[in-house]
Amino acid sequence: MLNRTETSSEGTPPSNKFDLSVPELKGMAKKLRRHVITMIATAGSGHPGGSLSAADIVTALYFKVMRHDPQNPQWQDRDRFILSKGHAAPILYAALAESGYFPVAELSTLRKLDSRLQGHTDRNLTPGVEMSAGSLGMGLSFSIGVALAAKLDHRDYKTYVLLSDGECDEGQTWEAALSAAQFKLDNLVAIVDFNKIQLSGWTRDIMNLEPFAPKWQAFGWHTIEIDGHDFDQILAAFQKAEKVKAKPTIIIAQTVKGKGVSFMENTAAFHGKAPSPEEAERALKELE
Amino acid sequence: MAGASTRETYGKTLVELGKQNKDIIVLDADLSPSTMTRFFAREFPDRFFDCGLEEQNMVGIAAGLAASGKTVFASTFAIFASCRCFDQVRMCLSQTGLNVKIVATHGGITVGEDGTSHQAIEDLALYCSLPGFTVVIPADAIEAAEAVKLAAATYGPFYIRLGRAVTPLVYSESYQFSLGKAVSMRQGKDATIIATGIMVAKALEASDTLAKQGIDCSVINIHTLKPLDEEAIVKAASETGAIVVAEEHLAHGGLGSRVAQVAARKKPVPMGFVNLGDRYALSGKAEELLQRYGLTAGDIVEAVRAVIKRKQES
Repeated sequence: MLNRTETSSEGTPPSNKFDLSVPELKGMAKKLRRHVITMIATAGSGHPGGSLSAADIVTALYFKVMRHDPQNPQWQDRDRFILSKGHAAPILYAALAESGYFPVAELSTLRKLDSRLQGHTDRNLTPGVEMSAGSLGMGLSFSIGVALAAKLDHRDYKTYVLLSDGECDEGQTWEAALSAAQFKLDNLVAIVDFNKIQLSGWTRDIMNLEPFAPKWQAFGWHTIEIDGHDFDQILAAFQKAEKVKAKPTIIIAQTVKGKGVSFMENTAAFHGKAPSPEEAERALKELE
Repeated sequence: MAGASTRETYGKTLVELGKQNKDIIVLDADLSPSTMTRFFAREFPDRFFDCGLEEQNMVGIAAGLAASGKTVFASTFAIFASCRCFDQVRMCLSQTGLNVKIVATHGGITVGEDGTSHQAIEDLALYCSLPGFTVVIPADAIEAAEAVKLAAATYGPFYIRLGRAVTPLVYSESYQFSLGKAVSMRQGKDATIIATGIMVAKALEASDTLAKQGIDCSVINIHTLKPLDEEAIVKAASETGAIVVAEEHLAHGGLGSRVAQVAARKKPVPMGFVNLGDRYALSGKAEELLQRYGLTAGDIVEAVRAVIKRKQES
């Protein structure tokens, strides 16, 4: 099990040490998408669609927005990234590896026996993973606890939590939505990877979430709607969220399931299915 | 026997702990007047969060706080603390081992008049099934205070079941609580009654009755169902050759099942079980329900006599 003792802030960077430009972020996102494809194809199982849709948001957080130190994962003042949609573990692992939490070579162990990279995230095994997830709808609650702790300890770190649109079916998400507003958590930023497809089809057909932003507004949240694949919009949204006071912010990021790989886009087929070796090869070619 | 409320003791103990440790945070789900976390809320309003009727959310918040270095007590009624948020407890507390203490009040059928929906009689099976959890049911208010203090001082997830009603005191103030260690209450030779929670007082009463009938019983309080004091069970089986397990719980998955597993592996002896069987109870006064559903000292006496008979026949 990981040593989870928090460490103090001496000698750690005040802001994101990568600080990539938008063209660099695009390059990094492509790299992470390639890792996702290779990892899942190697594992022979996994969820490519929801990792690909979240790739740009995760890239922006790890390589531009968040204050974090891969050499010191337990740094007390780190911004926290909580992946509530635990099936998108591959995109998180890719970002963690590329930013230096563990070797990139380890990505090929995904889902294998004795790997630190479990099918769904495990905070006790993987450096940089904040929350064990996989059963949906729990991440926002966990994030509220983390954000409350920041307030209690007078620390200025931010808590970012990535939800899927599908997991907004879960009642617990809305319990958490109520309480984050009740507790006035302006240090909490939720992002919804609104890729419009859940396991068995389009969300609008299975359990319609619309009107979505008004729901969050009615629950007392500040909402920001963006194109979740446009880095200028993503970065601007995080900047806007910084300025919101006395209420939590949710960034509703319109995304495309399977983004970046033509035959995975806008289909439920690759929600939870690994590409065959031939499909992986085609996908990687598209991501060159 | 004099009596005291385990939940009131819990509330007062939390305040003591709060004074000693500023990292203790208390959560409740709109039941603080009943769980008695209201004492803490009044004393430390900044460290108390009412999560409303959101038990699942409360467990997640507790985990997030614990992951950020806090020692978290989260309270609600035992029925909601077990059945309502089991997946959250499994994912966020058991799988992570985070430092959260679920202290649930109103356990068992002695919650009484509120009826079936409010009677937690499967909670021990659920919590004992979870790897990494420590599960404690204090026998009285004195033991409850000690258990809560030790839970605060011991890293990791705990489930502590308390009752609604005033419970007879079976210990004196000088009692030394030791987590995971069964307590020998009486030493006898004919059979052993192993009890937990409110059934400990009933077991002592039963052993008095049995003594008058010339039957000499050991009585053991197993306050910690997990980890289980296997040594004490083997010793009791070896010394008395017959065991009766009494608990305010369904037949399956609670203390009876756990003791039987140990006995089967290490020292099989005739065993009897005093519990609710495989059924729900109804509304009624606590004592009426204990009568109706077979959880009295008299029921223990009968079970002991039956098990001794089997011992003699074998």
